[in-house]
Amino acid sequence: MLIHPEEILETIKMVTSENLDIRTVTMGINLRGCSHPDIDTFNENIYNRIMYYAEDLVKTTNDIQNLYGIPIINKRISVTPIAIVAESCDAADYTSVAQTLDRAAEDTGVDFIGGFSALVQKGMTPGDLKLINSIPRALASTNKVCSSVNVATTKAGINMDAVALMGKIIKETAELTKSNSGIGCAKLVVFANAPEDNPFMAGAFHGIGEPDCVINVGVSGPGVVNSAVRALNDPTLGDISECIKKTAFKITRMGEMVGKEAARRLHAQFGVLDLSLAPTPAIGDSVAAILEAMGLESCGTHGTTAALALLNDAVKKGGAMASSSVGGLSGAFIPVSEDEGMIRAVQRGSLSLDKLEAMTSVCSVGLDMIAVPGDTPSSTIAAIIADEMAIGMINKKTTAVRVIPAPGTKVGDMIEFGGLLGTAPVMPVHEFSSEKFISRGGRIPAPIQSLTN
Amino acid sequence: MSSSRFIITVIGIDKIGIVAGITQVMALYNVNIVDISQTIMDDLFTMIMLAQIKEENFDLAGFQQAMSEKGSELGVEVKVQHEDAFHFMHRI
Repeated sequence: MLIHPEEILETIKMVTSENLDIRTVTMGINLRGCSHPDIDTFNENIYNRIMYYAEDLVKTTNDIQNLYGIPIINKRISVTPIAIVAESCDAADYTSVAQTLDRAAEDTGVDFIGGFSALVQKGMTPGDLKLINSIPRALASTNKVCSSVNVATTKAGINMDAVALMGKIIKETAELTKSNSGIGCAKLVVFANAPEDNPFMAGAFHGIGEPDCVINVGVSGPGVVNSAVRALNDPTLGDISECIKKTAFKITRMGEMVGKEAARRLHAQFGVLDLSLAPTPAIGDSVAAILEAMGLESCGTHGTTAALALLNDAVKKGGAMASSSVGGLSGAFIPVSEDEGMIRAVQRGSLSLDKLEAMTSVCSVGLDMIAVPGDTPSSTIAAIIADEMAIGMINKKTTAVRVIPAPGTKVGDMIEFGGLLGTAPVMPVHEFSSEKFISRGGRIPAPIQSLTN
Repeated sequence: MSSSRFIITVIGIDKIGIVAGITQVMALYNVNIVDISQTIMDDLFTMIMLAQIKEENFDLAGFQQAMSEKGSELGVEVKVQHEDAFHFMHRI
């Protein structure tokens, strides 16, 4: 036999007991040809275009899942940032566009559609402003639409007017979806250096440098890495890094195979493979558990940032060797609500917002799926965003904030989102005001790191 | 997908009639065995087969369902996966 039985059983074990999965197959669709001054025509164009490309997306991915016996959890669509294609619309509000996206997502059977987005790192156009102001109602009146706003880059600096505005928008979104614990905020992310080819929601959009239709794949296997690290016999940290690299390599190969086959069958270009350790609420499928397997008593204690840096780097190295198309965010995600180990660490008091912020300087995304008290002022939320954007801007990396000021909740409460979004413990924020700093507005200039030409 | 070869794995508690039951379903669907190995691994009966499908429009989903139904009848877990799933992961 060409393949060793132990290799076969290893693959099967990764899938059945260690939660290895293709987290998402995301079809990116260019909507630039859909622009029209009349919003009804515009919406119709968008709907038709999405249906044209994505009609068979779900069926095709299900077929591939059966063929290889590897679960594909989510099927998603990302589109050109709506603020760009809607700029010529004469409508004052873009909520109906979000509803059109939602209808297309429903009719194609995908789990989420991303791209109700704007890129405003250096300033806002009238279209950008209309889009951002539409976000609360758009997210409250749809189920599957995700929204993102890029407010900073290393090249442009931080648009603090947009940061201040997003603080208000997040509060308003929470308020409009308060019957569901502010779930609208779980579908809204604020970015620095947003990648254009990211298949992970809520931040996925089809960037303007992308082809017409593209398949991006997100692979995830924290459970596999966790069990590989735990199986080592008294390893040094170098041994752990080596082990994670090898595991990441195998996971990445699996993703590349699925991505290429999906692209071939759907007549789309294969874009990137995003190898991210994205946890799920399932026991063992946890990034915090990997950090604890390295020898930390509880995630969040001293040494956590170093352990996360080791993990993130090893994942990237293993992935880079396995595929020439590694892109997106590729690294470790540290969402709180979606990671059973992170939730426990918060409840034990070992993991705080400040430590999470420090950890984001060495991981893939940022402050992700964090619930804060419902009465947190919008300026404090804006200040949390500003800090995170500064980390991204200075370190030339992507960072993001997805924070949920769940209405009516206080520190220690638990809020339930269900499914992959999980359960979030409400975490304390600093009581001292950031109001005056945030209200100054303007732009934090691009750092010296931007002068690389 | 570069070939029509599949890896079939059967894992479960050992008992009489597993091989007979599984290969009977394969014969019914005209699935040929290229290679077969059977061993006890971690106290479990483990059979791994490399199988080939010759027909153009083979009903893979139907075959997979029939195999797993037979598996539950015999108290074992049966998986039918395209061989690329293993090649890609372990070989460069």
